[in-house]
Amino acid sequence: MTQFLQQVINGLSIGSVYALIALGYTMVYGIIKLINFAHGDIFMFGAYIGMIAITSFKLPFFVALVVAMAVTAVFGVIIERVAYKPLRKSSKTAALITAIGVSFLIQNGTQLVMGANIYAFPQVIPNQYFDVFGLRINLLQLIIFFTSIVLMFILQFIVKKTRLGRAMRSVAVDKDASVLMGVNVDNTITITFAIGSALAAAAGIMVGLYYIKIYPYMGFAPGLKAFVAAVFGGIGIIPGAMIGGFAIGLIETMVAGYGSTLYKDAVVYSILILILLIKPSGLLGKNTKEKV
Amino acid sequence: MKKLIGVLILALLVLSGFTACSSKPKTIKIGLNLELTGEISVYGVPEKLAAEMAVAEINKAGGIDGKTVELIIYDNAYNSAKAVENSQKLIQQGVVAILGSATSAPTLAIGPVALDSKVLTITPSGTNAKVTMNGTAVNPFVFRACFIDPFQGLVLANFASDNLDAKKAVVMGSNSSDYAKDLASIFTDQFEANGGEVLGSVFYYADTDADFSAQLTAIAALGEFDVLFVADYAARAGLIINQARATAGLETVAILGPDGFESPDLNDLAGGAAKVNNVFFSTHFSTIVDNAKVKKFIADYTTSAGEAPSALSALAYDAMYMLFAAIDKAGTNPVKVRDALKATVGFDGVTGTISFDDLNNPIKSAIVVELTNGVQTNAVIVNP
Repeated sequence: MTQFLQQVINGLSIGSVYALIALGYTMVYGIIKLINFAHGDIFMFGAYIGMIAITSFKLPFFVALVVAMAVTAVFGVIIERVAYKPLRKSSKTAALITAIGVSFLIQNGTQLVMGANIYAFPQVIPNQYFDVFGLRINLLQLIIFFTSIVLMFILQFIVKKTRLGRAMRSVAVDKDASVLMGVNVDNTITITFAIGSALAAAAGIMVGLYYIKIYPYMGFAPGLKAFVAAVFGGIGIIPGAMIGGFAIGLIETMVAGYGSTLYKDAVVYSILILILLIKPSGLLGKNTKEKV
Repeated sequence: MKKLIGVLILALLVLSGFTACSSKPKTIKIGLNLELTGEISVYGVPEKLAAEMAVAEINKAGGIDGKTVELIIYDNAYNSAKAVENSQKLIQQGVVAILGSATSAPTLAIGPVALDSKVLTITPSGTNAKVTMNGTAVNPFVFRACFIDPFQGLVLANFASDNLDAKKAVVMGSNSSDYAKDLASIFTDQFEANGGEVLGSVFYYADTDADFSAQLTAIAALGEFDVLFVADYAARAGLIINQARATAGLETVAILGPDGFESPDLNDLAGGAAKVNNVFFSTHFSTIVDNAKVKKFIADYTTSAGEAPSALSALAYDAMYMLFAAIDKAGTNPVKVRDALKATVGFDGVTGTISFDDLNNPIKSAIVVELTNGVQTNAVIVNP
């Protein structure tokens, strides 16, 4: 029983990482219906910027976090302006394939600049642990868990309660009508990308702190898992990304803990296939009838 | 006309062959075929320095059988074609044996040249198992001075049983490399043969994994055990050490690994040197071993090369002295030198006591180093 509960904690902690990344995924998808496959690599970019800010510029951790989020937000906006905006009138497939191209560009660009070798993220928050009822909880696990929950509420608040959020939702429903109502569509999309990228940077730094190892391809696997998480919860729905992230983290951990680590990815991707077959709108999604 | 040229060439060949056989050389030529430029030169250069030092020593002591040893040095720049060309040139110049190459790829390329010309080549540090093979059979003219990777599994199992007095072990490893899989299975077999118990089956993971918490929690739930064997390189071993130390029940368990642990990254990836305690790894050579011969080698090498010796220089040094011993016994006929080298038993070198097995791999002791706060604090010689 203790082992099971410990595995739940392990699962929730890796799930919060997926949730953090999935939040950015799902928000961009929710607004412009683009699956931004480069999101996992923006996450990696954020981790590198955080590391450089701490090791080269000697910034304190929270300053480095803010700087990395800001730099990565600008980076996300540049990507949007250069790669996605010109394609806004093209087919969704064109944008999707461009996103894959951008993903490769970021991975290989990082490798070119920083080299293919692994870096150890500076351990500025020493990892401590507490034993509660025989269960081991890490300080960093707690930080990641609560960061992802707080960020989810902030995002939910922005989208549901602010003018910006209303603009986002209106763009999501109908771009042309939004323009007629005086919404600046370009700016709204830009801000969406900025927020999504900043979230990815936060996730990158959390992962750097917790898992230590960072390298140019580190965004690929978590990016895919986060995508599965977003689809699982219902892509485009912010609480869905959270629930999806925790669910994927838990499933993966249980498979690794009671079966074999080697099967965990296969199980996760099988779940993606099952969801797409059975309930494509995801756990929290409503089935909308396509209008012809 | 063509016939005449043919006859002339034949005559020339016969004559040159004759002179080679009849003349009594005053020097003994040994060839070096190493990676001396390019990014792999970090392997070749220390081996060259060690070989030069060994030759200087033996010549100062009067040479072998009254003849001075002469080194002929060629750079292959980690290029297999260049390595083949170098070996051919060296053999044409009448070397008795060749030392090279430092890494496996060029050594694999020169294996057939050694076989065809019947001049042996010995690699100080090529660890690929295929290096001494010619297809499925052994290549009788290729030797190595280092142990091959899986051999470490055996030594580490003995170390766990004898030195750590371990009765129960758990084995983890990457399923993505033969290095890890071979080590894991050999460790398991030997540890069980020593009377120990390996709990569960091997805990395999993928190279891309960064989160080992689920596996480590499952491992901790197996109950108490003495040793966690991690068959992998530092890139994952560091993370495993970090996460194991934060797992309830694994905070202090001894963690054992192969030479893949020996990397400056290990401490960083483990979350700082302070976390790397009660960690042991096997290696070819360590400067902190308490042995007079090793101490003299370290002092001499540091004087002549201007830096402390690494495993590479130590292995090259041993390889050279094994060649000297074989030449001393057999003379300068390359085939006889090969036979004498093959018959080496209990050669006492700076990297251990060396004999050769059927596949021309050394049977030798390994060094197991203990890390305390990320620093090498203790090194013991472990026999297979």
